[in-house]
Amino acid sequence: MSRPWVRELVVSFAAVILALVVGAVLIIVSDADVAATWGYFFSYPPDALQASWTAVSDAYTSLFLGALGGWKPISETLVQATPLICAGLGVSLAFRAGLFNIGAQGQLIAGALCAGWVGFSFELPVVVHLLLALAAGLFGGAVWGGLVGLLKARTGAHEVILTIMLNYVALYLLQWLLTTDVLQRPGRNDPISPVVEQTAQFPNWPGTRLHLGFLVALLAVAAVWWLLARSTTGFQLRAVGANPEAARTAGMSVGRAYTIAMLAAGALAGLAGAQQVLGTDYPLTDGIAGSVGFDSITVALLGRASPIGTVVAGLVFGALNAGGLQMQLQTQTPLTLTTVLQATIVLFIAAPALVRAVFRIRAEGTGTVLAKGWNA
Amino acid sequence: MSKYLKGLAVLGAMTLVVTACGSRPTESNQSEGSDKTNSASPQAGAKDFRACMVSDSGGFDDKSFNQTSYKGLLDAKKELGVSSSTAESKSDGDYPKNVGGMVDAKCNVIVTVGFKLGDQTAISASENPTIKFGIVDYDIKATDLKKTNLKEVPTNVKSLLFNTAQSSFLAGYLAAGMSKSGKVGTFGGLPIPTVTIFMDGFWEGVQYFNQQKKKNVQVLGWNETTQKGLFTNDFENKAQGKNTASNLISQGADIVFPVAGPAGLGGLEAAKASGGKVNAIWVDTDGCVSAPEYCNVLLTSVDKGMDVAVQDVITTSFQDKFDNTPYVGTLDNGGTGLAPYHEWDSKIPADLKAEIDQLKKDIIDGKIAIKSKVQPQSQ
Repeated sequence: MSRPWVRELVVSFAAVILALVVGAVLIIVSDADVAATWGYFFSYPPDALQASWTAVSDAYTSLFLGALGGWKPISETLVQATPLICAGLGVSLAFRAGLFNIGAQGQLIAGALCAGWVGFSFELPVVVHLLLALAAGLFGGAVWGGLVGLLKARTGAHEVILTIMLNYVALYLLQWLLTTDVLQRPGRNDPISPVVEQTAQFPNWPGTRLHLGFLVALLAVAAVWWLLARSTTGFQLRAVGANPEAARTAGMSVGRAYTIAMLAAGALAGLAGAQQVLGTDYPLTDGIAGSVGFDSITVALLGRASPIGTVVAGLVFGALNAGGLQMQLQTQTPLTLTTVLQATIVLFIAAPALVRAVFRIRAEGTGTVLAKGWNA
Repeated sequence: MSKYLKGLAVLGAMTLVVTACGSRPTESNQSEGSDKTNSASPQAGAKDFRACMVSDSGGFDDKSFNQTSYKGLLDAKKELGVSSSTAESKSDGDYPKNVGGMVDAKCNVIVTVGFKLGDQTAISASENPTIKFGIVDYDIKATDLKKTNLKEVPTNVKSLLFNTAQSSFLAGYLAAGMSKSGKVGTFGGLPIPTVTIFMDGFWEGVQYFNQQKKKNVQVLGWNETTQKGLFTNDFENKAQGKNTASNLISQGADIVFPVAGPAGLGGLEAAKASGGKVNAIWVDTDGCVSAPEYCNVLLTSVDKGMDVAVQDVITTSFQDKFDNTPYVGTLDNGGTGLAPYHEWDSKIPADLKAEIDQLKKDIIDGKIAIKSKVQPQSQ
């Protein structure tokens, strides 16, 4: 327990356990038949215990098997984790430069929009088309994110407000374009785009939905790690994130750092959007982003804003998403439970003192500061 | 910290003592209680028949078409005593997994909800020709065969469509006849066909009234010829719905027709707040049943019988009478129509009611042609 990262790992693990306990209570309460057995707990306890145990263990078994029980479930976990990792990286990177990037959702939509448009509007050779669509996705996200960095650097506008507002702009832009000839599928009145050409789709691992986008995500992780840990620009980003005043005094351009951070963050979220439309969904609809952009904020928080941490957190969330679908299919446990589990995990991680109190873990030293308050 | 925890524990124990003192049900009624399908008269083989449903990314609690379709599944379950499975989708990427999961669960009939599931339903239906499929608000013939890599449109899918332009036409005529200010208003959730079809019908109904009565009642918030109008861009935000309706009211509308799901409830709130000056017409279900607190401002509602259609496709599959002819809910077959006038029954002039009854007949007979371009084709 001496090293800080071990302590953090223990706290994160404990948070998952606590969240599962909370989830178990919810499973029992939400199942009318099981809840009924608690009504006569004192006259005949075995019923309630038996029924509760069955309900909870069935649900969690299918959650686990749906996420990790074999190659197919694991591939589903990786599919779900792929966009979360990329968008989460974007949020992490901005965090490191001292920026709250709440705009992953909008950047993801902008990326998906551009990648999808290139994907179905042109007929190009195999490799070229995919690369071009991917580049379009990165570009769309980078524009959407870079705009925020530029406005913050030039005018001092707060990035939280900018990113939240741009989320709406991106969504409504997509919704509107889906009703025009630009994106709407010919011959259809519904707001749905044509299917992305096969030449622009990520190749799948045979028999699964796992696509090449996952490898691209891992490359992105390596790139972000290199940027932050090894490059001069990354050093400047971290310096600005730690103390913008000191960085400015040391001769660094704070505005430039903000712009670069948001450009890169946007490109990463745009990559996630490209992975959605070119890897799994194929047509664009207004639900293309799902809740990935918002989940990626919690992924970044859970991963302590580090590239490796983000991968681990993305995999955990991916596993919960994949397992949650399976849990719903097999035991008819509502899908919302997964969302509650994810939220509770983050809640406990955000309140490490609570977790330490429950598990009697001694607090040593001060934890790392994730991101400081408003304009700190 | 621990003091509070202890306090909580004591409180928890007390609630347990208070609530958990019931007696155990006897064996006989317990076995009945654990039987999840509480059917009045289970039919032979009902237990082995599994009816399933997959929601789109809105989820079954969307207070809109997913929820109404889900009610159809529950009704069928209650009626027939069949088993059921459901899968809710959180994002578009969940569809393959969820529809596939329903196939794996050995479902006999799978109902998917909404056009977003169109491609996936066509693909799964082609791969599983023995399973019957139903899809709400999507014409399976619209499937792009080339892009979905299919040779032909699957024959085991029944499209469930609704020509709500017909019933909204009646609502528009009624609104025009009841308006004192000569202005009626409407707004939608999003400019998508399943929404604008209501607004088209409403608009045409008002124009027809003007033509027949040589009047000039204006429609605010929608124009069929330009396809432009007022939208909340949201189906959830009641405050937004209220603002939008207030906007229409301040421009002089005294009857509002919100086509925005739960967000439209805000429109009813605005009407109610006017103290009798402004009234409304509700959509999808009978508003006096689904939102009785607003019944006194509701002239009527435009009913869209998704639950009935879903129940019907499950029932016919169960009885081995499934056919793939698209179901188009019309005034003729009762799949859409005007709900009762309820509290307004005595306040609406008898001749206006008679005219609406006549209009209904004329639409059914084809004497009045509705022009809306988003109407589903019956064949």
